[in-house]
Amino acid sequence: MLLDAKIPEGKLEDKWRNYQINSQLVNPANKKKLNVIVVGSGLSGAGAAATLAELGYDVQCFCYQDSARRAHSVAAQGGINAAKNYQHDGDSVWRMFFDTLKGGDFRSREANTYRLAELSAPLIDHFTQQGVPFAREYGGVLVNRSFGGVQVQRTFYARGQTGQQLLLAAYSQLYKMIRAKKVRMHTRTEMLDLVVVDGKAKGIIARNLVTGAIERYAADAIVLATGGYSRVFRLSTLAIGCNGSAIWKAHKRGALFAAPSFTQIHPTALPQSSEAQSKLTLMSESLRNDGRIWVPKDKNDNRKANDIPEEERDYYLERRYPSFGNLAPRDIASRAAKERIDAGHGVGRLKNAVYLDFKHAIERLGLETIQDRYGNLFSMYKKITGVDAYKEPMQISPAAHFSMGGLWVDYELMTTIPGLYAVGECNFSDHGANRLGANSLLQASVDGYFILPNTINNYLASEMKTPGISSDHPAFEEVEEEVKEYIERLLSINGTKTVDYFHRELGKVMWQECAMSRNSEGLKKALSRIEEIKEDFWQEVRINGSASQMNPELEKALRLADFIELGILMCTDALQREESCGAHFREEYQTSEGEAVRKDADYAYVSAWEYHSEGFKLHKEVLEFEFVKPTVRSYK
Amino acid sequence: MKVTFRIWRQENSKSKGRFKEYETEGLNEDMSFLEALDHLNEQLVLQGEEVIAFEYDCREGICGQCGVFIDGRAHGPHRNITTCQLHMRSFKDGDVITVEPWRATAFPVLKDLVVDRSAFDRIIEQGGFITAKTGTAPEANAIPIGKEIADKAMDAAACIGCGACVAACKNASAMLFTSAKINHLNALPQGKPEAYSRTKDMVAQMSLEGFGNCSFTGACEVECPEGISISNISEMNSWFLKAKLFG
Ligand SMILES: Cc1cc2nc3c(=O)[nH]c(=O)nc-3n(C[C@H](O)[C@H](O)[C@H](O)COP(=O)(O)OP(=O)(O)OC[C@H]3O[C@@H](n4cnc5c(N)ncnc54)[C@H](O)[C@@H]3O)c2cc1C
Ligand code: FES
Repeated sequence: MLLDAKIPEGKLEDKWRNYQINSQLVNPANKKKLNVIVVGSGLSGAGAAATLAELGYDVQCFCYQDSARRAHSVAAQGGINAAKNYQHDGDSVWRMFFDTLKGGDFRSREANTYRLAELSAPLIDHFTQQGVPFAREYGGVLVNRSFGGVQVQRTFYARGQTGQQLLLAAYSQLYKMIRAKKVRMHTRTEMLDLVVVDGKAKGIIARNLVTGAIERYAADAIVLATGGYSRVFRLSTLAIGCNGSAIWKAHKRGALFAAPSFTQIHPTALPQSSEAQSKLTLMSESLRNDGRIWVPKDKNDNRKANDIPEEERDYYLERRYPSFGNLAPRDIASRAAKERIDAGHGVGRLKNAVYLDFKHAIERLGLETIQDRYGNLFSMYKKITGVDAYKEPMQISPAAHFSMGGLWVDYELMTTIPGLYAVGECNFSDHGANRLGANSLLQASVDGYFILPNTINNYLASEMKTPGISSDHPAFEEVEEEVKEYIERLLSINGTKTVDYFHRELGKVMWQECAMSRNSEGLKKALSRIEEIKEDFWQEVRINGSASQMNPELEKALRLADFIELGILMCTDALQREESCGAHFREEYQTSEGEAVRKDADYAYVSAWEYHSEGFKLHKEVLEFEFVKPTVRSYK
Repeated sequence: MKVTFRIWRQENSKSKGRFKEYETEGLNEDMSFLEALDHLNEQLVLQGEEVIAFEYDCREGICGQCGVFIDGRAHGPHRNITTCQLHMRSFKDGDVITVEPWRATAFPVLKDLVVDRSAFDRIIEQGGFITAKTGTAPEANAIPIGKEIADKAMDAAACIGCGACVAACKNASAMLFTSAKINHLNALPQGKPEAYSRTKDMVAQMSLEGFGNCSFTGACEVECPEGISISNISEMNSWFLKAKLFG
């Protein structure tokens, strides 16, 4: 299979314009005859559905929550990046592009990354117009702060609730179009499979989560906007319902899966406190702007944090990365924390955390400024831990946070199945092997609002000529039958173990062997262990109740069955890539100082996997760096 | 830790519900309330009983999905938090804890603790947005917005749509929710042109959905996880009056 990324001609700064000039348009009168399914109502999905409807297409949008406004995008705290250079600190589209490419350790496409930076500035205008109450100076202009991995202030924010405010804007635009009768919204409806007719994506099979009914929906094109799959680790910062099912089913129907094992581990989550825990809470990375990270120099130091004198503290990020210090990118900061914790310097009851200390910042800036900047994060911390972080340092720990991998898409955001698009976190593009903070809300939003609505015309213009396919088509019947049988099979197992039991088992293996650092031996062990878990799951899982009712255990089981298979692909991918890059740290490839060793000569490609029932087949999209020379990624 | 959960069980929106008691062991104080329910559900699975349906997603206090009534209060014994932020350390060994769904005509029970809050979405549908097409926005700094105004809009915009205000209100009024939404957009220059029609349409939809009226008891503000101020309601009323006079 030839992987054609369809990168347009021309200089970097002209590519997107050139693309738009040369792509096909659909006559406005014809648009209403074309229908598009958007699965997902987060920033990428709601933005796409609202904009496609504005353009005149007939749109149906799906989400599994009770309301579109609850998509996981709502939980993002820190902010969204844009190259506006409002602070006159030397920012530009080029610098943002370069930071992103370097942050991703040169494992993303130049053209996509440039476009991301290019569309960032108008996106802030767009959100402001929709009523997002971004933080402002007294005089009325917008404020910025900096985030991990960059030295300029380009992050826009709305208190600690940026994701919520952006999503509310997208959701309100979606409801504007629902009122206009251009979008039909299906909440509490979960896509369970994809229907492909003559090689093209033509519909989905979904389950109504209230009645249990299996439903068919046909369309001329399908857009997946289903978010990240890092719940494969079970404990993560993601919302509990986040899953990989829609993209996994699309993968099984022919869409290639790219860079599956690149998972971002976020350095500033709250540590796990017990087995019973269902998720990890994120403390926004913006805290690293003013907080200093340290552990006691002596690993047997049992004193309270405040009793440990300065000279007995190890500010290890400042020590190892003097020019970026506490603002080192996430993968570096997470790995450095793991290194200290593994070396026995961890703090807290389970010795699995490091300190994030605001003492100096409060002395320097005053309590009020710190309260103004991070007040809600401090109160959240207090609610969860009972500790007042104005008085003693927070305890933080790394946690799985973001999936850089996802369905392979070309420059048009189309997967390898014609007519199937993937936008937002569920595609692989733009971030490479590491995502810089505040770049993901950006990517989800520009994918949905600006890019997809421009690229989908190119496909739909040609689809105009072929007659629409209705959901009576035998392909729908066939897939629906398969889905029903699959559910019946699950329900009939009637074993002795809960779905959560299996999720905990899978999570442990994935976290141990396929997270912050990996090695060949561990990955091989993980692969055989996951096969065991899979076998056990299909013999021993127990789900009570029927399929024709609201059944939360069944929902969980369906998602977990897919996570188990996805876990196998993730380990396969991590094992195959014999280098270290960004979030992918192979212990065999490091310098004597513990820094990652990238191998451009052998691995400067995107791994795109094709599904086969008896194993996965690797395809390579070679990354060509025409405008930037890949350098060793140093933050020293 | 050991507690008895007294939980509302209801098959679906048509059937009648009832309380059922579950003695639950093996809990610990660091567990969140929802983790304790997860724990109970795992026990139920193994005993062959159907799990208790309850809702959540983010478990970070921001998606607004996890609302339940605990011992007669929305989101449990504390002020201004969501259920997912409640921890078992707020209860004592041996407690009997009563858990029920939000009760409001406009929020029918779908199953056990799960209610249908789509009435909120339909209120938004009637004007909870700024009419602006993608790609038509002026430069963001072209319209300065003073910090006080931006902060005021943000205070209202912080509403997470959980429905605790409705559940806490003896009239099942949705005024806190609706007013927060209206005031967020009406405060901003971008939202001003549609302020009157927005206010009238959203208030009208609120009544159509069967929510009650506000009698200024203040329970909504106490239970709101975001501490949205009840003064939003008077402000909405004043917008409503202006809209009727001038709109
Ligand atoms: C705690 C946290 C904080 C973050 N903070 C930041 C930040 O400060 N800045 C930043 O840039 N990024 C941040 N991120 C990352 C960012 O929030 C996400 O990458 C982004 O919001 C993803 O948006 P999305 O539209 O791709 O998906 P989501 O918002 O996850 O939406 C997924 C949608 O798909 C639907 N769905 C999924 N599967 C199905 C199915 N099978 N059938 C039907 N519907 C389905 C869901 O219902 C939902 O509507 C954060 C992430 C987390 C976890
Ligand atoms: S689960 Fe999201 S607010 Fe509680």
